[in-house]
Amino acid sequence: MEFQPIIEKHARDYGLDFFPVVFEVVDYETISQLAAYGGFPVRYPHWRFGMEYDQLSKGYRYGLQKIYEMVINTNPCYAYLMQSNAKVDQKLVIAHVYAHCDFFKNNFYFAHTNRKMIDEMANHASRIRRHRDKHGLENVESFVDTCLSLENLIDCHAPYIQRRQVEPDEDGAPDKDQVRKLKSKKYLDKYINPPDFIEAQKEEKSQKRIAEQKFPKHPERDILLFLLENAPLENWQHDVLGIIREEAYYFSPQAMTKIMNEGWATYWHSKIMTHKVLDPFEIVDYAEHHSGTIADHPGQLNPYRIGYHLYKDIEDRWNKGKFGKEYDECDDLKVKKEWDKKLNLGMEKIFEVRKLYNDINFIDTFLTEEFCREHNLFSFAYNNNNERYEIESRDFQAIKKRLLQSLTNIGQPIIRVVDANYKNRGELYLMHQYEEVEIDMKYAHDTLINLNSIWKRPVHIQTVLEDEPTLFSYDGQEFKGQEISEN
Amino acid sequence: MLLHIENDYNRFRQIIRGKIKKNLRKYISNGEMIGRKGKDLISIPLPQVELPKFRFGNNGKGGASQGQGKPGDPLSGDDGEGAGNAGNQPGYHIPEVELTFDELAEILGEELELPNIEPKGKKEIVAEKDKYTGIRRVGPESLRHFKRTFREALKRQVASGEFSYKKPQIVPIRDDFRYRSWKTITRPENNAVIIYMMDVSGSMWEEQKEIVRLESFWIDTWLQYQYKGISTRYIIHDAQAHEVDRATFFNIKENGGTVISSAYELCRKIIEKDYPADTWNIYAFHFSDGDNWSREDNKYCAELLQSKILPAVNMFGYGQVESTYGSGEFIDFLEEQFDEEEKLILSFIADNEAIYDSIREFLGKGI
Repeated sequence: MEFQPIIEKHARDYGLDFFPVVFEVVDYETISQLAAYGGFPVRYPHWRFGMEYDQLSKGYRYGLQKIYEMVINTNPCYAYLMQSNAKVDQKLVIAHVYAHCDFFKNNFYFAHTNRKMIDEMANHASRIRRHRDKHGLENVESFVDTCLSLENLIDCHAPYIQRRQVEPDEDGAPDKDQVRKLKSKKYLDKYINPPDFIEAQKEEKSQKRIAEQKFPKHPERDILLFLLENAPLENWQHDVLGIIREEAYYFSPQAMTKIMNEGWATYWHSKIMTHKVLDPFEIVDYAEHHSGTIADHPGQLNPYRIGYHLYKDIEDRWNKGKFGKEYDECDDLKVKKEWDKKLNLGMEKIFEVRKLYNDINFIDTFLTEEFCREHNLFSFAYNNNNERYEIESRDFQAIKKRLLQSLTNIGQPIIRVVDANYKNRGELYLMHQYEEVEIDMKYAHDTLINLNSIWKRPVHIQTVLEDEPTLFSYDGQEFKGQEISEN
Repeated sequence: MLLHIENDYNRFRQIIRGKIKKNLRKYISNGEMIGRKGKDLISIPLPQVELPKFRFGNNGKGGASQGQGKPGDPLSGDDGEGAGNAGNQPGYHIPEVELTFDELAEILGEELELPNIEPKGKKEIVAEKDKYTGIRRVGPESLRHFKRTFREALKRQVASGEFSYKKPQIVPIRDDFRYRSWKTITRPENNAVIIYMMDVSGSMWEEQKEIVRLESFWIDTWLQYQYKGISTRYIIHDAQAHEVDRATFFNIKENGGTVISSAYELCRKIIEKDYPADTWNIYAFHFSDGDNWSREDNKYCAELLQSKILPAVNMFGYGQVESTYGSGEFIDFLEEQFDEEEKLILSFIADNEAIYDSIREFLGKGI
């Protein structure tokens, strides 16, 4: 691939900054296998990789889908290119890959990821193999299944914030239960501060203090961590759960920046191809491939498309100075449309954006009403009566709300451990933070069974169904749902 | 690059086989497999293969997308379930797995503990197949074996001292050329035929026919696995019998009375004409609600079975489905007449649930 160093040079000249990239050209069998393994050559043994491989390789054979490239976030970056790509595809894909690598290296949300993940994954694989050999295939496999069923119960923002100060353990000092008495003459004391009342107050205070000594003290979103620290696990189970959690945290930034990452790569392949490396006779094939990448997928939001156009929009706005108080407050549509302060800050701005944002604040900050209109965006919602998804609105706020809703917590329900000693009987109480979307009870049912098999005591989840707060419980044998009367 | 996906893939296949086996009774009685039958593969919905997670359901859910349409329009491509996942969520759908019919038959055999069939006949009929296994010195250029030719040339040049490491050039001459050649392989094959007979008289309703459809699907699957290249014939009867094709067999509606002997008579004719008993494995199945026209006809049926059909076939299965009308006495009559007969297997199928056991009765003897 004689054009690879040329493309690399153009990418660097534009200011892209990436780890060394190792390219490997592989056939579809190999790329399907790698894709099933999340891009890594060695993963722990598990049947679901086989299932994904089955679907991917069939999808290719039946002509339903094609993987052009795969790139993984490591240093050096490994990029696998499909052998059957035509030369123009290969050029495009290489430019695309360099932008992904730049994103991995520079985006804030990847800062904590392990860049030696290939070794780490191989290490995980050999640990799980060892457990399997010692404790039996079925045992270990079913435990891995259980862990995977809970793998989304992590706190995907935890690496970037300190959730709380580490508090010194407050010992339950009894003097805290002292009740302040009113000043009084001694002989009047029992009338002004009646002993019964003082006792009752003390009792109440002490009850409150004990009640406040909840375990965990604060609701905990990293449920996997909580289980690691508190569930009755054998050593090998502890190790397996730790592995699943570590891998979940490794992959979560990719899900948090899907739109930004794909948009960035698409922006750069387009720029590098059209400005630098495209041969005139390749233009039609290039155009076909590129328009396929950013095509509409009815009913789904194509992250390539929206990301690509948003970067272009940002670049244009910052070049022309279409931002800030003066622009926002301008009422004259004509003036707004022709607004051009010739600031030429566009390129600088998009590099800043790729460094600091993730999908949520990217959409929150840069999605504009004009953009929604220009790109025909709409919001949709499930209509219970017709049992189908329907177009809901073309209103800017509605679109933005739905978009942010679907991106929040990587599209997963937010669930916390609020009490691990529920009813003072060591039962686990989870709270789903309901925000107008119900959780799927059929799946919740099976997930509770798995949670119970780890916690070994009854498990509960509080959620909202048809506007009623509801508690679902599983005690190891029976499954129970009841409405909660809030008081 | 060495990848371990083979192991994971095999484990995955093993797991789905286990799950299908566990749910086989359900699959047999509700027939959802039959609608998903392809030429070589069958697709089976298998929600159990999914790892459960806390996730959102449909209620209250929505997202953003782009394109034409006004509020209230359904999302294009959305037929209720599945589509409509914005952002980075994959579309939810019930996972389906594919099995070959042989795999399905294996599962059936293991779960129902069906014995393999010991075919009769002298395996006289053979199938021919060409296989490219050999090498020879002459042949068409399109079959030239490059590697072997190269090797021969190399050997010759080394032996004659023409070969030099400094200039490792190999030039084959006429004698070096090698070509692929084929051998015709003959494989003895047992020939087998299934003859299905069904009562389509007025008292056979959709429900009863559905049972026949399900039974025949599983019988086909099993016997096809036991004999490669099995042929199938279909006979319907009310007061008269006709040979029909498969589609007609399962869809026809008739209204007449029931003369079972008409079907047996036609069955006998087909066997005598097309399937000499000494080389063919013949399986006959008859499904009816057992409400025959007359006692005399019962007797005639018994006679036909005794003297003509039973001596020719490997087995004759009679399945009687429950019907709200009529006496359903035919099964009792056969029971009395052929108490000791090994080749005649009777099975009473009360409802869909009973198909599982009925298949075991029919195929459990291994004949």
